[in-house]
Amino acid sequence: MRRVALTVNGTGHELDLEPRELLVYVLRERLGLTGTNVGCDTSSCGSCTILLDGESVKSCTLLGVQAEGAQITTIEGLASDGELHPVQQAFHDKHALQCGYCTPGMVMAAVSLIEHGEATDEAAIRIGLEGNLCRCTGYHNIVLAVEQAAGVMGKAS
Amino acid sequence: MSATAEKGSYVGSAVKRREDKALLTGQGTYVDNMAPVGTLSLVVVRSPYAHARVTSVSLDAARAAEGVVAAFSAADLQDDWKAAMPCAWPVTEDMKNPPHYPLTDVARYQGDGVAVVLAETRAQAKDAAELVEVDWEPVDAVVDVAKALDDGAPLAHPDLGTNECYVWRLDTDATGQAIEDAEVVVTRRYYQPRLIPNAIEPRAVLAVPGAAGEVILYAATQIPHILRLLVAATLGMSETKLRVVAPDVGGGFGSKLDVYAEELLAVALARRLGRPVKWTEERSENYVSTIHGRDFHTEYTLAATKDGTITHCRARVTAAMGAYLQLVTPGIPLLGAWIYAGPYAIPNYSVEFTGVFTNTTPTDAYRGAGRPEATYVIERTMDALADELGVDRVELRRKNFIKEFPATMASGLTIDSGDYVASLDKLLEHLDLDALHAEQAKRRENGGAKQLGVGFSTYNEMCGLAPSRILGAIRYAAGGWEQATIRYLPTGSIQVVTGTSPHGQGHETAWAQIVADQLGCDIEAVEVLHGDTAVSHAGLDTYGSRSLPVGGVALCYAAEKVVDKARQIVAHQLEVSADDLDFADGTFSVKGSPDKEMTLAAAAWAAFAAHDLPDGMEPGLEATATYDPPNFSWPGGAHAAVVEVDTETGDARLVRYVAIDDVGTVVNPLIVDGQVHGGITQGISTALYEEGSYDEAGSLLTANLVTYLVPSAAELPSYELDRTESRSPTNPLGVKGVGETGTIAAAPAVINAVLDAVSHLGVEDIQMPATPERVWRAIQEAKA
Repeated sequence: MRRVALTVNGTGHELDLEPRELLVYVLRERLGLTGTNVGCDTSSCGSCTILLDGESVKSCTLLGVQAEGAQITTIEGLASDGELHPVQQAFHDKHALQCGYCTPGMVMAAVSLIEHGEATDEAAIRIGLEGNLCRCTGYHNIVLAVEQAAGVMGKAS
Repeated sequence: MSATAEKGSYVGSAVKRREDKALLTGQGTYVDNMAPVGTLSLVVVRSPYAHARVTSVSLDAARAAEGVVAAFSAADLQDDWKAAMPCAWPVTEDMKNPPHYPLTDVARYQGDGVAVVLAETRAQAKDAAELVEVDWEPVDAVVDVAKALDDGAPLAHPDLGTNECYVWRLDTDATGQAIEDAEVVVTRRYYQPRLIPNAIEPRAVLAVPGAAGEVILYAATQIPHILRLLVAATLGMSETKLRVVAPDVGGGFGSKLDVYAEELLAVALARRLGRPVKWTEERSENYVSTIHGRDFHTEYTLAATKDGTITHCRARVTAAMGAYLQLVTPGIPLLGAWIYAGPYAIPNYSVEFTGVFTNTTPTDAYRGAGRPEATYVIERTMDALADELGVDRVELRRKNFIKEFPATMASGLTIDSGDYVASLDKLLEHLDLDALHAEQAKRRENGGAKQLGVGFSTYNEMCGLAPSRILGAIRYAAGGWEQATIRYLPTGSIQVVTGTSPHGQGHETAWAQIVADQLGCDIEAVEVLHGDTAVSHAGLDTYGSRSLPVGGVALCYAAEKVVDKARQIVAHQLEVSADDLDFADGTFSVKGSPDKEMTLAAAAWAAFAAHDLPDGMEPGLEATATYDPPNFSWPGGAHAAVVEVDTETGDARLVRYVAIDDVGTVVNPLIVDGQVHGGITQGISTALYEEGSYDEAGSLLTANLVTYLVPSAAELPSYELDRTESRSPTNPLGVKGVGETGTIAAAPAVINAVLDAVSHLGVEDIQMPATPERVWRAIQEAKA
């Protein structure tokens, strides 16, 4: 066991972790933040995407102990004061989710893409979300949602 | 169309989904999110061999490992099973159905379970599973469907003496003319690759035992009601002792329409051990332990007169069953059996399906199930026939369309409604084919690497499973009805209970739209409950694009009963005849005295208070309707793909995809478009990307998301959608199914486009998926 300090959605935690525990399971099973989903075991699907120090990261690709000192945002930390984040709102407006399983990861990846100013047009959005798989929507409405959110966030081209 | 839909006109409006907020804020209730105190983690030890006898299993080391509570072999649990795992569709009287159980001592596919380990944590169970020692005696495996019936082929089930599971035929002979004697005959052979469904949520089950032998089974399933029936039957439990809950379910596409070993194991082990048992599938495990789809070899023939009138169609299909028959495995080809003439009026009809066992993961329903397999061979052969006749591919389709509805086809079923010409015309309006052909000609002339192709697919399909009498006639074990209950609460809130079980389709929103319109109330007054057998007592669940045309229609009939009862109450209280009451916008008014009125909500209160009801009337305002559809639902439409092929690399990319679909009345255009987008994507992906393949020993080569290509946003274009609308005359809403249309239509449009792009180079055939390597090789071979 190793003691790790990390901040998740603004709350500090000190945890005794097994070195082999993946960050995604630390979030889900130690902290009860089950909004971050696990969809694969090869870091392919992106369902577990979170923001770590502002960068989108697949939380199955990190060990919990590697998150020492990190500021983490999960899907549970995105809405504030009961108001959906512009990306969440856009996903709702554009019907960019169906079963919802890939959605937390897709939303977090989209937030990062937009904040980095990389959601400039359809092609850039499609390439920018390449690491996140959705089996329901065919991505059509996800692209529309990201375009809308980028506009609202003042990050469209 | 917007979310500002108004009372009375919710149906047809793009009402935004009420499901979204929880899913968007990380509050989904997926099974793996649940962990009651004391839950044991279950891990299944699986066969690495496609075919092998287990000569011994040693569990001692696993049982001694840290955190392990129990471990079992197949023999340890054999007495728990009162029946073999269920197959609900014995398609012929003499179909072979070798029994299989949740654990086995003869593995017949890679991934077949041979032992289980239960521990306090997932990590401990996984560690201990590594300590299970199994001695294997490998046996020759049969893998390739096309060779499985050859003399001397290894046998998946040596006791049967054959790999043939069944032969099923449907023949008609309207003209008495043999197909070989027709003026023009075109025969082509096709392979439908094995597909791996890949719902993004892997399967998961949690069985929680109670004190009196009862169990609550939480399952990532499409079929909570069917699961209750069949898990109870397999374990010899009373259905009263089993409650099945399907909470939020992360996609299915048919892969969660089954009764799986792990569901049975979790319930059996929870009862044995008296503790909750949870199993969560890992993705790579999903590739072997969850059903696959397709794996069909088809020889398809169209015959026509020289003027292009099609006279015959004939399909000879060899369909992979996999190693065992799962819930509806043998019936999958039959779901397409009546539509091998497509949307065309073809008088002579012949299909023959041969189901074969191979040492592979069992196949079963995957989006479209039997119908994409049919549409693909028809639409590809239509292009081949047009080329043979030297006529335009679009005009050959138009000429042969069924044009009068309802239409009884040679295959025997009757299409409720449609307008295939209208769909095709609308497609051509959107497409601007002249400009595309000009661009294609220019590129051909320039001889550059990137060539353009346009491909068509005009289709129909049968969905909305299904009229119970027809299901009985084709030997399916159960019916195809659906149930709905509408219950007024005292203050006028309305509970709707549906037997459908959504896993992304938005029933909570769409069903509220339907009910609010029927009752003339605000949509916010309507709550939709589903997916829990303790709440929804009866239902047949969600698959086969049945939820709206069966379950949605059941809502209408339940609403009718509610309004009828309320009418009696209002007539009694207003002292008028029930016949003198009009009902509109949620209010009853007396004909000729519009000031005398009473709302449905007021009648609901009166029914609750029960102070002044007609003599003999029961209190309460609640009604249940069980609807058995008189016919299948028959969507149709016209799709076109525009593809750019890099002739130097073989890379084929969608440039445009235009889809005109006719799904009858549209309840929620937002949701319908979403279904079409997703369906098209799985069809495109079939055409270009996905193929589950095995090596000769039966080892799955595409065994995870790295080696099996599920496309990302980067591989795909945005889609251009439009609709025509032929109301179904068989139900009061006029609705049809929509969940599978895109998948059924898309693959042949894409492959026809790829071929169109390289036909001038002499390429005549490319099989799916049209990977860069396949396309490049086809071009090289045509050059040689």
